[in-house]
Amino acid sequence: MPPTRRGRGLRHAAAYAALLPMVATVLLAYLGTVAWSVRVSVSSSRTLPIGDFIGFSQYTRLFASERWMLSLENMALFGALFIVGCMVIGFLLAVFIDQRVKGEGILRTVFLYPYAMSFVATGLVWQWLLNPELGLQSTIRGLGFPNFTFDWIVQQDMVMFAIALAAVWQASGLVMALMLAGLRGIDDSLWKAARIDGIPAWRVYLSIVLPMLGPSIGTALVLLSVGVVKVFDVVVAMTQGGPGLASEVPAKFIIDNLFGRANIGLASAASTVLLITVLAVLAPWLYSRQRSRQHEGAHG
Amino acid sequence: MSSVSIQQLGVRMGAANILEALDLSVHEGEFLVLLGPSGCGKSTLLHSIAGLIDVDAGSIHIGGQDVTWADPKDRSIGMVFQSYALYPTMNVERNMSFGLRVAGLPKQEISRRVERASKMLQLDQLLSRKPSQLSGGQRQRVAIGRALVREAQVFLFDEPLSNLDAKLRTELRRELKQLHRELGATMIYVTHDQVEAMTLASRVAVMRGGHIQQIGAPGEVYAKPANMFVAGFLGSPTMNFIRGRLGEVSRTGVRFHAGAFEATLPHEVFVNRPPLNAEVVLGVRPEHITLMPASEASPGAQVTLVEPMGSHQVVWLDMQGQRIAASINLPEPPELGSSTGVVMDLTRACAFNPATQERL
Amino acid sequence: MSAVIHTPGMPTALPAARRPRSLLRPARIGIYAFLIVSAAFFLLPLYVMLITSVKPMEEIRLGHLFALPMKMTLEPWAQAWFTVCTGLQCEGIRGGFWNSVSIVVPSTIVSIFFGALNGYALSFWRPKFGNGMFLVLLMGAFVPYQVVMFPLVRAFATMSLFGTLPGIVLIHTIFGMPVMTLLFRNYYTTVPRELFMAARIDGGGFWRIFMQLMLPMSLPIIVVAIIMQVTGIWNDFILGLVFAGREHLPMTVQLNNVINTTTGERLYNVNMAATLLTSLVPLLIYLVSGRWFVRGIAAGAVKG
Repeated sequence: MPPTRRGRGLRHAAAYAALLPMVATVLLAYLGTVAWSVRVSVSSSRTLPIGDFIGFSQYTRLFASERWMLSLENMALFGALFIVGCMVIGFLLAVFIDQRVKGEGILRTVFLYPYAMSFVATGLVWQWLLNPELGLQSTIRGLGFPNFTFDWIVQQDMVMFAIALAAVWQASGLVMALMLAGLRGIDDSLWKAARIDGIPAWRVYLSIVLPMLGPSIGTALVLLSVGVVKVFDVVVAMTQGGPGLASEVPAKFIIDNLFGRANIGLASAASTVLLITVLAVLAPWLYSRQRSRQHEGAHG
Repeated sequence: MSSVSIQQLGVRMGAANILEALDLSVHEGEFLVLLGPSGCGKSTLLHSIAGLIDVDAGSIHIGGQDVTWADPKDRSIGMVFQSYALYPTMNVERNMSFGLRVAGLPKQEISRRVERASKMLQLDQLLSRKPSQLSGGQRQRVAIGRALVREAQVFLFDEPLSNLDAKLRTELRRELKQLHRELGATMIYVTHDQVEAMTLASRVAVMRGGHIQQIGAPGEVYAKPANMFVAGFLGSPTMNFIRGRLGEVSRTGVRFHAGAFEATLPHEVFVNRPPLNAEVVLGVRPEHITLMPASEASPGAQVTLVEPMGSHQVVWLDMQGQRIAASINLPEPPELGSSTGVVMDLTRACAFNPATQERL
Repeated sequence: MSAVIHTPGMPTALPAARRPRSLLRPARIGIYAFLIVSAAFFLLPLYVMLITSVKPMEEIRLGHLFALPMKMTLEPWAQAWFTVCTGLQCEGIRGGFWNSVSIVVPSTIVSIFFGALNGYALSFWRPKFGNGMFLVLLMGAFVPYQVVMFPLVRAFATMSLFGTLPGIVLIHTIFGMPVMTLLFRNYYTTVPRELFMAARIDGGGFWRIFMQLMLPMSLPIIVVAIIMQVTGIWNDFILGLVFAGREHLPMTVQLNNVINTTTGERLYNVNMAATLLTSLVPLLIYLVSGRWFVRGIAAGAVKG
């Protein structure tokens, strides 16, 4: 006897019921909150949400705010330094470790342990290291280089470099791990074929390995970029946005306006801008992955 | 010009001697197959010829030139791997020309060679495709094309068909044989599949434990194996081995006794004079056994298993305590458990020394 | 391609000279040099943290960052644990330690449970809206917290969950759901579907198959998930800052309070000790389970 339709529906009902929390999360916690934020961003809400509609004036006020513009600049600068630094160092570390060096396990552990630490801890350690009076600067001076300066952390135009340094220290290991996984996925016989073709090692890395690592590089870039947009902990821990406002970042701007300065309308506008930035980074990447997967499937 | 000469080759990996004092001479233009089970050293030998593994003793000459310490790229060889190892982000044309571009050859020369190779391998329509867009056979041809454009003298193949399904394997096998005929190049081919070895080779070298057990034309190695290992490795189902003892020598042959089984072995069976009353192992191939109704001339046997193969049947028999297989072609396969008589063509049999496993 | 010299007939009498090995040496040395210098760069902060935390303040004021302590003392550690001021109270950072534990344990369990459940339902039962929902959920992993934060604050306040322990656990579950679901869904695609069908034929329903077959089979990926979640939730700052409430502030928040909001002289040795104490748990997990840690990164990062 074929199973009744009711019977089959019942069985699947359990699956639907079990997924209810996920659906709720997606609809309420993600989509709902985004919608709510966007709604508030077009109102004149201050401490509490007000139901009026004032068009884009929050946004105009946002982009007229010097503090916001500075935070965007800082984020851009940090982003460039952070991403380039992590990608270059991470890639080089992965390539060099892949050369069948001895003590590979230990080296990997050393390069990746910073990622296990919280951003707060990283910020605090580097705050200590870069302390002008008692940290690196004074130590090197004490070793006989009286004119050595390394006070980035208190210089307005260098503080983002200091933060980037700490962040690169933390996250390069992650890029290394991703690249190494990609490198290990390259078939050994490819190396042998290149040897027989007479292709020097550096050329193999450049012309064969690097293109093959495309997906790993893409993943790393996206993860790093999202980290750039979200950067908050390390700034708060390292400089609290200082000196002055020199290391202000968008995430901190939003939190300050949400809770400290009680201006949720402005904060929501800033959040929406941040969200659009993230989507702008994500969308092309997801799209290209979809396309490449279709492409492969058609000819596979 | 493109012969390969290997003298007293020794290769060690860690503490183990993979190859020891190995001699091999590959004639120009021949298709030599290195055949053996996994771990016998055939891949190591191939990689040593290619220069991917350093040797610890002995010498390798290619085309008269000593290449024992030469880089792989200077040995005038081309190599095709199990996975073909095509550069996945480059199209066919760039795959074939990459090595030449790195070597700094002039553009004209590069395009001339690529054109010539792709025409020869029928790849000229596929030059702009990437490896992921090619079929298995096309990928194999690109891998060969990569070696061709380097004007290699010797082509090395490392089990290129092992990863493929049966149908594709037979198709590519034929293509390869065809290609060898057209190019006339020296080819050294490694495999564990004896069917591939038999069909492709002009000579087969059967290897085991780092030593070449026997080298010769496929037919010769099949019909006149040098020892029990070679005899058992070639042929499916494997040769039947019957332990017994030699007896009376007469004009027609030598008596052989194995329990209740008795036969007269013609003198052609033995390479040298058979030792008197020695213990021997008689080897008879299944296809040299036919079934007849039981009689005086043919000893009786029980059918224990029948494997229909389509074109023929493999019948497993219990012949007076000995388990043997017969490869027959009857319209009606015999019934299980039935009794039948066994006739062996002993002129094609072999006898082996049970201790040394060498052919007698 | 260089043409091979054709000497017909006899091979050369003597073998060619062995390829000089020294060509490889400079490259090898360069590789090791780079790696060792990089290792020093990465280990430097840890080293400084350790020795600063066992130096008395007089030595620290001398300003020699790398010098080994002349007089080692564990006093800063004791201070950090028992007496340092984290805001209004001065009972050391141990309160934060237990807060973090009480946040991490339930959050890990709940978020992994839902991740496994979602992954299981999505990959085996394949409801109609499944893929769409999953994609939106994934994008949620990238959304900056600030965007969703305030509405959640309001919602939690109305539900009286704001500043409570269940509240922060729920928050971590919500924010952990995308990655956890991804992890398990990817893992379950490697489980042969025949297993699932055999269980259905044997009469198993949704929950039975999940609890008695799939969950026990998921042990490897559960280990990876635990490592990721414990590390991630322990190291979290912003969610704890906003949602945990004053009684449940996690260690990271308290650490920041200790270091950046004290008045008077800054006790760097105590600060470093506190930082080390806060990092102890995730670092230990990392050292013990390095391989799984990396696997977690690779699994979580390779989307789909």
